Amino acid sequence: MNVLYFAWVRERIGLPREEVDTGAATVAELVTELRAREERYDLAFSDLTALRVAVDQQLTDFDASLEGAREVAFFPPMTGG
Amino acid sequence: MRICVQAEPFDLGAESAAFAAGRKDMGAIVTFTGVVRDLADDPLEVMEIEHYPGMTEKALEQIAADAVTRFSLGDALVIHRYGPLKPGEMIMMVATAAPHRKDAFDGAEFLMDYLKSRAPFWKREVTRGGADWVDAKDADEDALTRW
Repeated sequence: MNVLYFAWVRERIGLPREEVDTGAATVAELVTELRAREERYDLAFSDLTALRVAVDQQLTDFDASLEGAREVAFFPPMTGG
Repeated sequence: MRICVQAEPFDLGAESAAFAAGRKDMGAIVTFTGVVRDLADDPLEVMEIEHYPGMTEKALEQIAADAVTRFSLGDALVIHRYGPLKPGEMIMMVATAAPHRKDAFDGAEFLMDYLKSRAPFWKREVTRGGADWVDAKDADEDALTRW
């Protein structure tokens, strides 16, 4: 799974993207796996209400299935315009 | 419908003129331009805009297509820049064309409301005092409920 991080999530985790070997069925399961890795992941994902997620470049929520997904991105609420 | 996500500046006059040119069935053209605003108490050195290449274009195309359908627009244009921008520089513009004024204005407002909180852009303000990510405002999310 290709996992991408943007804005302060990228800064906290310390990299913009990585290949993650995972059997997670949902975004929430993937988050649990990532948080167990290291403190920087645990900190970045400590408040999910401050985060948004996209699966294959479509905004979705943390309950979303990862079946067939190739790319998951985590980022703070967007501030365009 | 045209969507441009680019680092380079755009020419507001030329873009507006090209968008408005050659239409006989559209009685109303609305354009909106967003400009990097300086901060009152801590002068802004640069505004950095990060985005999610690939998703940004898809999200903007979807938002623009929704606006066209919903307000019966004849056309819509979105240009949004990324990278480092100085105070006074233009960040983005939208333009809408409709037979009548209300749909053109409403279409432009709808585009702005949605691209503010549904297109994957993030602003970071760099001042002499440091750098901070701009927080999303509850008001921006609330603005979507009116549509």
